[in-house]
Amino acid sequence: RFLCFSRCVASRTSMSEAVPADANEHCPGVLSETAGKSEACEGCPNQSICASSKPKGPDPDVGDIQERMRHVKNKILVLSGKGGVGKSTFTAHLAYALAKDTSVNVAVVDVDICGPSIPKIMGVEGESVHRSSSGWSPVYLEDNLSVMSVGFLLPSADEAVIWRGPKKNGLIKQFLKDVDWAELDFLIVDTPPGTSDEHLSLAQYLSNCDLTGAVVITTPQEVSLIDVRKEINFCRKVGIPIIGVVENMSGFVCPNCQTESMIFPATTGGAARMAEEMGLNLLGKVPLDPRIGRACDSGKSFFDEHPKAAATQAFFEIIDKIRQFCAVSHQ
Amino acid sequence: WLFVCCCRPAEQDHMATLQESLAQVKHVILVLSGKGGVGKSTVSSQITAALLRRNLKVGLLDIDLCGPSIPKMFGVDRQSIRQSSQGWVPVFPDASQRLSLMSIGFLLDHDSDPIAWRGPKKSAMIQKFLSEVAWGELDFLIIDTPPGTSDEHIAVVENLRAYRPDGAVLVTTPQNVALSDVRREANFCVKGALPILGIVENMSGFVCPHCAECSQIFSTGGGELLAAECGVPFLGRIPLDPRLTQELEEGRAILETTDSPTHAAFDRIADALQLLPERDRSQ
Repeated sequence: RFLCFSRCVASRTSMSEAVPADANEHCPGVLSETAGKSEACEGCPNQSICASSKPKGPDPDVGDIQERMRHVKNKILVLSGKGGVGKSTFTAHLAYALAKDTSVNVAVVDVDICGPSIPKIMGVEGESVHRSSSGWSPVYLEDNLSVMSVGFLLPSADEAVIWRGPKKNGLIKQFLKDVDWAELDFLIVDTPPGTSDEHLSLAQYLSNCDLTGAVVITTPQEVSLIDVRKEINFCRKVGIPIIGVVENMSGFVCPNCQTESMIFPATTGGAARMAEEMGLNLLGKVPLDPRIGRACDSGKSFFDEHPKAAATQAFFEIIDKIRQFCAVSHQ
Repeated sequence: WLFVCCCRPAEQDHMATLQESLAQVKHVILVLSGKGGVGKSTVSSQITAALLRRNLKVGLLDIDLCGPSIPKMFGVDRQSIRQSSQGWVPVFPDASQRLSLMSIGFLLDHDSDPIAWRGPKKSAMIQKFLSEVAWGELDFLIIDTPPGTSDEHIAVVENLRAYRPDGAVLVTTPQNVALSDVRREANFCVKGALPILGIVENMSGFVCPHCAECSQIFSTGGGELLAAECGVPFLGRIPLDPRLTQELEEGRAILETTDSPTHAAFDRIADALQLLPERDRSQ
């Protein structure tokens, strides 16, 4: 019965119905999660009613997640408001670089539920995960590098994951709570584009877990930066610290004549200008190198394939800065 | 159970307003891709521009709520929406008023404000976009979507079901990683009984402006193979065109110069769309 009711509410939450006549402009709606708590609620006559009429206790699973996360030293999110800017490529390569040191345990969790790319990029497509008494055991690439993704749970790689928010949130919760990672030095979370269910849930579940911070990926053009600024403001709203910004696909060097072209032009100063304006660190720029895409398509590490490439160098410099950030955050 | 009964009429009301708001729209086409950043908005904007060159009336609805790009691409990111007795009035970027746009970008005070909404709220917004915009008479309504197969996609397909949209154009880039996501999206269309009109391969090769050497940055040919595999038409290859990216950055999605191979590619897609039979929407 509850289900029917909630479905009704969901289908009826058109804005006019959920907003009182005397509400502030930009009222999030009385049924919204942020009712009474959002910026727009400041000074609204209904604010206290909205904020207090929700006798919701704390989610008991959050405690379990906290317990699991106590065994993870650094938790890094890889975010971007925009799709296709290279979040998964960066995630995979950050993991490869960190796991080069065999004494460091690294895990990747892919919470892009509808478009999981990590299994393909890291060359573990078609693997499956096993359930044991201590939780799901992730897929291991190396002794010190493991991966978890919805891709491992699907009957076939082409299966569409047509899930609404709550179902996605449930799986993300399980990924954080029920995967048997053991002791980890780094947990890297690859995310889908946007500022919606997955992101809100991550922020909520990891709120008291001493999250190290987020690396924000962008491409140089303004069309991408608009979305990325939204993501950064989102992080600030929900209290996710930002380690820095990476500009990906920054310039393309023609393999024939060695001249650099800007395929995605930085008409507004690119990530450098944006980072400066928003008071963030620019961690570095990775050039567009067709060999990166090819390495990802074949599930191999670009670093192993092309150790001397300029892009490899750029990646390493960025990853060093992230390592430093993590070291400082533990002092 | 009382609740179920009491919300049925509202649901019917809504379907009625939806039918009404789309009553004079001849074709509805969705632009989809499982993958982000493959150029859905670029393809949507350029299909729209190509249809406009044919003197048609076109509406473009952007349902990417967390990352709307359409207002910027048409240089109208400072515009906002007015309410009339018929509903929301879309934004008309030029004087001819043959092009109308709707996007959440028009409802935000600042470009950089995030829309941190969970599914139900996004679905409600999309329902509103479909039923409460006064589109008027249109030859085509193009719907630009966010990546994935989740709330927004379910909402748009469910809301349009009774209206019977023409179908979806799938956009992909040639590399394997993108193709697997697009395969999932094709699977979504099949499950949602949404016809696939064809597949467009975007970012297919880059011609160096200095030496004219063509580099396959994201490899090539994948889109055509996928189309064959799914048994749907292949609508063509769009090269990486820095001139187009530049023009979209500057908000000139409706271009002055129309002699490039990129335009020719979009014109062919528009040709294919113009051949679509007008669907009988009487039932």
